[in-house]
Amino acid sequence: MSSVTLRNVVKRFHKFTAVHQINLEIPDGAFVTLLGPSGCGKTTNLRMIAGLLDPSEGEILIGGTRVNDVPIHKRNLGIVFQNYALFPHKTVAENVAFGLKYRDVPKAEIPARVQAALELVQLPHVGERYPKELSGGQQQRIALARAIVIEPDVLLLDEPLSALDANLREDMRVELKRIQEKIGVTTVFVTHDQSEALAMSDQIVVMSAGRIEQMGSPEEVYNNPASEFVANFLGASNMLPASCTALGPQGASLEVAPFGAVTIPAQKAERLGGQGLAQLVLRAEKLRVLHPDEAGEGMLTAPATVETVDYQGQTVRYFLRVGGRQLQAINMIDDRPFEQGAEVRVGFFAKDASALPTEAK
Amino acid sequence: MSIEARERRQPWILLSPALTAITLLLFVPLLFIVVYSFWLRTATGADQSGFFLDNWREALSDPFYRDILLFTLKIAAITTLVCAVMGYPAAYFIARSRGNKAVLLLLLMLPFWISYIIRTMSWINILGVSGALNTLLLWAGVISEPIQMLYNQTTVILGLVHFLLPFMILNVFVSLDGIDVSLEDAATSLGATRWQAFVQVTLPLSLPGLAAGGLLCFVLAAGTYITPLVLGGPTDAMFANLVYEAIITQLNWPLGSALSLMLLAVLGLLVMIYNRYLGMAQLMKGLG
Repeated sequence: MSSVTLRNVVKRFHKFTAVHQINLEIPDGAFVTLLGPSGCGKTTNLRMIAGLLDPSEGEILIGGTRVNDVPIHKRNLGIVFQNYALFPHKTVAENVAFGLKYRDVPKAEIPARVQAALELVQLPHVGERYPKELSGGQQQRIALARAIVIEPDVLLLDEPLSALDANLREDMRVELKRIQEKIGVTTVFVTHDQSEALAMSDQIVVMSAGRIEQMGSPEEVYNNPASEFVANFLGASNMLPASCTALGPQGASLEVAPFGAVTIPAQKAERLGGQGLAQLVLRAEKLRVLHPDEAGEGMLTAPATVETVDYQGQTVRYFLRVGGRQLQAINMIDDRPFEQGAEVRVGFFAKDASALPTEAK
Repeated sequence: MSIEARERRQPWILLSPALTAITLLLFVPLLFIVVYSFWLRTATGADQSGFFLDNWREALSDPFYRDILLFTLKIAAITTLVCAVMGYPAAYFIARSRGNKAVLLLLLMLPFWISYIIRTMSWINILGVSGALNTLLLWAGVISEPIQMLYNQTTVILGLVHFLLPFMILNVFVSLDGIDVSLEDAATSLGATRWQAFVQVTLPLSLPGLAAGGLLCFVLAAGTYITPLVLGGPTDAMFANLVYEAIITQLNWPLGSALSLMLLAVLGLLVMIYNRYLGMAQLMKGLG
């Protein structure tokens, strides 16, 4: 087990800079997710840690040792590729044993180690089969077994779940987390799926256009996004123009049309520089749609018109017209959803909002 | 007619022009050749029809034919080996090159735009007594008299390799191109060096392509008569030259037929062995 450190890492492909000056500290045994849309540099980062790409600038350290010049086959990493990359001409057991052949593992010990790895991924009986005889989910487990049987210092997962069906993906998510916790290996997980990131990670690193937008626990990143990009990438958020009238240890007072004056907790306004123009960030799940005559106890409310109803079974997503601006609300359904064109009220609790400085466009 | 019946008939309708051509232009003449091989050429020079085994007896028992058949197989084997050794790295390079794959493949096909005979003859301009290489060596003072480099076994193999290398490269390329690059990444991440990863993963996965290319090169080399005719010496005749000699020069169609069927049988056997172990699908992939 080892920590992973990236220091001022830059990666350029010809004239295109894929990764700008990244600094990242992944503690020993942590499960860290690099989250972002395609092209944000997350896979480039992973491939640099793996040794499949050389950084243009900066240093990469694994377990405190600089590995820039250490070739991939000497880094002792377990990598699970997006398409599994199982060797089609080798049996499952031969696939899993592959990495052991290059380590000082006594020949007699190999079958037992392979079997233990197969048991860990709950596929103890498929050793004699070929990869193509297994389902996608099973191949995924074998790829994981092959990566962890060598007891790697770091486990690198490159979108390992994206090729699976939705239901299977959720099962594998739980399974992957269980195995990672059991062996306690430092894990770097790359994904563009925010729900995977939220469900599995100790730390999430949100990336965009080759830069780190925010780093923090899933709760921090979700509830207190550091930028408009993060707010919108992890689910839907409403960004309301506001002006900050007071900022202090008791919180920030903001004027938000058409809701009025809002005071939000200080820790959710820590990114505000001072008074003046600001943005109120309100998650779509935190905006409630109320009957026009409902009081909305303790909430800030405003009249609204339902423009579009996107029914999703358990929840419903509304697009609402509120004071000349379109807002999104995702609500649980009790009874039946409001209909398109309905005159309603929308409301939220001040504690659920956060504030960001206005971004320069 | 029901839809099912129409759907069943459709492939046959689409295939019929090709099937007709193959039947009329390949199977029927082949049948003639088989019939011819049992005829007899009399002393007067006329062919006597009937069922005589004389040609077959001569073709199968005369050590002259056996030796030339073995020589032909040897030349074909060497050519195939040289093509494999030279073609594999080239195919690997093309398969792994990112942007310009199409350009490289086009360059590979470019020689096919020039007739095979002209390509073979071009070696006379390069290696002949007054060819480019001799002129260069004379000019540089390396030699004082032109050297005869042509008309030997080596130039026959050279000409065949020149002709067949693209077939090998194409077949290996198709095989390599179908191998996921991340397999080598996975192998190196597990501790194998680049070379070990190649030997353990890429090479075995590309063997079908190598075998298909090898079969194609071998069969085409073993059946050639133009290359030894143009670039070979008097002792470098290959089996197809004997057929050519018997039919065109001696006008002995019965013997020529028997000899050509003999070569066909040997090469057919090779294809069957290949098909038994590797399957024709790979060969089709390489040609397509």
